[in-house]
Amino acid sequence: MYVAVKGGEKAIDNAHAWLAEERRGDTSVAELSVAQIREQLALAVNRVMAEGSLYDPDLAALAIKQSRGDLIEAIFLIRAYRTTLPRFGGSEPVDTEKMACDRRVSATFKDAPGGQVLGPTFDYTHRLLDFKLAADGEAPQAPMTDAPPAETPHIMSFLDRENLIQDEPAGPKVPDDLTRAPLELPASRALRLQALTRGDEGFILGMAYSTQRGYARNHAFVAELRIGAVPVEMDIPELGFAVDIGEVTLTECETVNQFQGSKTEPPQFTRGYGLVFGMTERKAISMALVDRALRWKELGEDNVGAPAQDEEFVLYHADNIQATGFLEHIKLPHYVDFQSELELIRKLRREAQAVQEAAE
Amino acid sequence: MNPLLNVGGISKFYGHRIGCKDVSFDLYPGEVMGIVGESGSGKSTLLNCLAGHLAPDRGAVNFDTRVDGMRDTVTMSEPERRMLSRTDWAFVHQHARDGLRMNVSAGGNVGERLMAVGARHYGDIRDQATDWLGRVEINADRVDDRPTAFSGGMQQRLQIARNLVTGPRLVFMDEPTGGLDVSVQARLLDLLRGLVREMNLSAIIVTHDLAVVRLLADRLMVMKDGHVVETGLTDQVLDDPQHGYTQLLVSSVLQV
Amino acid sequence: MSDYNFAYLDEQTKRMIRRAILKGLAIPGYQVPFASREMPMPYGWGTGGVQVSAAVLTPDDTFKVIDQGADDTTNAVSIRRFFEKTADVAVTEATGEASVIQTRHRIPEQDLRADQILVYQVPIPEPLRFLEPSEVETRKMHALEEYGLMHVKLYEDISQHGAIATSYAYPVKVEGRYVMDPSPIPKFDNPKLNMAGIQLFGAGREQRIYAVPPYTDVVSLDFEDYPFEASKADHACDLCGATDSYLDELIVDDSGKRMFMCSDTDYCCSRRKAGHIGAQGVPYAEDAA
Repeated sequence: MYVAVKGGEKAIDNAHAWLAEERRGDTSVAELSVAQIREQLALAVNRVMAEGSLYDPDLAALAIKQSRGDLIEAIFLIRAYRTTLPRFGGSEPVDTEKMACDRRVSATFKDAPGGQVLGPTFDYTHRLLDFKLAADGEAPQAPMTDAPPAETPHIMSFLDRENLIQDEPAGPKVPDDLTRAPLELPASRALRLQALTRGDEGFILGMAYSTQRGYARNHAFVAELRIGAVPVEMDIPELGFAVDIGEVTLTECETVNQFQGSKTEPPQFTRGYGLVFGMTERKAISMALVDRALRWKELGEDNVGAPAQDEEFVLYHADNIQATGFLEHIKLPHYVDFQSELELIRKLRREAQAVQEAAE
Repeated sequence: MNPLLNVGGISKFYGHRIGCKDVSFDLYPGEVMGIVGESGSGKSTLLNCLAGHLAPDRGAVNFDTRVDGMRDTVTMSEPERRMLSRTDWAFVHQHARDGLRMNVSAGGNVGERLMAVGARHYGDIRDQATDWLGRVEINADRVDDRPTAFSGGMQQRLQIARNLVTGPRLVFMDEPTGGLDVSVQARLLDLLRGLVREMNLSAIIVTHDLAVVRLLADRLMVMKDGHVVETGLTDQVLDDPQHGYTQLLVSSVLQV
Repeated sequence: MSDYNFAYLDEQTKRMIRRAILKGLAIPGYQVPFASREMPMPYGWGTGGVQVSAAVLTPDDTFKVIDQGADDTTNAVSIRRFFEKTADVAVTEATGEASVIQTRHRIPEQDLRADQILVYQVPIPEPLRFLEPSEVETRKMHALEEYGLMHVKLYEDISQHGAIATSYAYPVKVEGRYVMDPSPIPKFDNPKLNMAGIQLFGAGREQRIYAVPPYTDVVSLDFEDYPFEASKADHACDLCGATDSYLDELIVDDSGKRMFMCSDTDYCCSRRKAGHIGAQGVPYAEDAA
């Protein structure tokens, strides 16, 4: 005699207890502190902030700890928390010209005002495992230089002076908010950029890479990549003026792309744009390439049918929280659906067999 | 007799470039109008404006609807226009794959228009589809095959069946024989001529192939640089062209 | 639990969702876009249903959650707990006692009354999605009522299999206008879509809400000569003997022996309590002991 198991509640409780124990791991090994994660796994923290759409290194570090290092799970925790926060208003647009650049490179000019600043980069490190780190992770103080200038002009502004770069019309003062209104298509560029900046790094990277390999190739040069802290200002209605409310570290990438022009307009360069929380340059460059690919319509280019040109495809599939939820839901019970499929296939087979037997 | 289609002053511009300008004509029931010209002459732009695929910048395309009589299809609402394009109108594309669903069986392709106007009896739909396959000389045993398994000529015949199954009154054809072998073209033309006569269809055929219009069209319109340069009965225009461009076209001095 | 607002969502968000629900009820079967929030459970696990439930629940409600017809499957338990914690509402497993029922993939066997709300979790709200991947296109098709393609799919099924090969998420036409995906319920449940209760459908990831008001005409698409058939396994429930309920099939031993039991656990229990016994069943009291 079989009786259906009733144990859902108990099973869930037990699973969660086990998960907690596994998260802690071997108790003879010291527990990680949130501060350690924040300081020493800073790039993971940056990614969680960027894709979680919440600039808070401590919370991001906590989420990484809670999720056992599963960054998508950590991003999920941050998103679920973020959605409950009250919204006081929007900041003024950040002025990235005022960025205190830790890193600033241009692939289009050998030198420019503000100079090339490599900053703390993995570039040119030889990717050799450093076994010394296993025993001793201390690092000597790096050489110091003068503080960066208060303002570093954008490389694009030099092209702009000659009218060589396409003009970007100003958007509305308060752009649409992807997290407050349903995404309806075609989407404004502001919404596209929002979707890209919080989109999955791997997905955006893959899309960007596909454009380089010929699926809507747009010949991008990194005109400028800059990373550093910028002040955030907010207009306080009671005061009547904007005040500094803090600063955030951002990565900004501007690409300069192939000519665009027609019989009536002389050729100009066009641009792609990426702006992401934290030190996240792979993401920012990828974002700029995908942004540029998505602009084919407004720039009067051909739709070559490449995935990166397809706004619906890119915007509807970039979000890893949506993607992972839907992907993983197929492990939930589906036995009602499956049962109906079972009955149908048995019926169809019965009928097919009957037809066959009648023929014989 | 009232015209089925009355076209008045249709113009379409692409920026400063002229797509087509000030085109007017009447088309009567059962009449086939050919539009010829080299590529870039504006004949495809005109056809797309007439069929509602492109919005003209000026002008009217009046169609004698079954219920309300003459209606301007340029200004009618999109639902009305789309309803028209799946009932009384038909459009045969140059490339069959633009006019067919390549992942749906031949029967489904022909049946779609019937279902779109409310047919809900599977057996009837299938019978009609099979009947139409026969009329375009496709064997009934291919009814469940997909068009991907068909030759180019068969695909084009299937597209014609799919368009004619609802008994439209006006058919737009864009280079219906383009891209087919000469022998295949001849068979298709023969078939089209038979269907047009049998169903008393009105049609507008855009082509650069004078043999096609010689065989199918009652009247001819010659286009150059977006303008109509000559119109008249087909035989008249082809045998006694008046405009210098038409003379070039007919004497085949001009490669079209 | 005071850290979060009643039923988790803030009042602004609930208002926004209620507006979407009202619009949905006013245009039966029409998919209303709404600004779906990120919920503390994954997309695809009922975030749409949870947001709709959160927007309609009041402190006086009695809440029931089923997944695959059962109250005790893990995801049903998880969602029920969520509202116990955030809304402190009374919960029940009895269909007749619930004022709001959230469901995944089933409609309860017991007829719902006019004072009950059924909230469906919807994975893909667009019935035309797998025929036409573009959202821009499908919205236009709905707007212009161009549903020929839907029947092409059914036609292809019959020409290939001799029958309509859709067994769940079977498309329906609502009040003669919009074609709607009833969520992945088995087609056995389709006739129940004509009901006295209010039916609300929430798709969180896809940001859509739609609704079927009470006593609305809901017709399963079919052909005159291949009419819709609400089928189920040709058995009776082995526990309660019911012949009119949707059945789950279980593999009970290594030799592959099967047994069938009601997918609606509350329905099955009620019948057994009332003394019905199936082929492999035992009296209810004996089993509970």
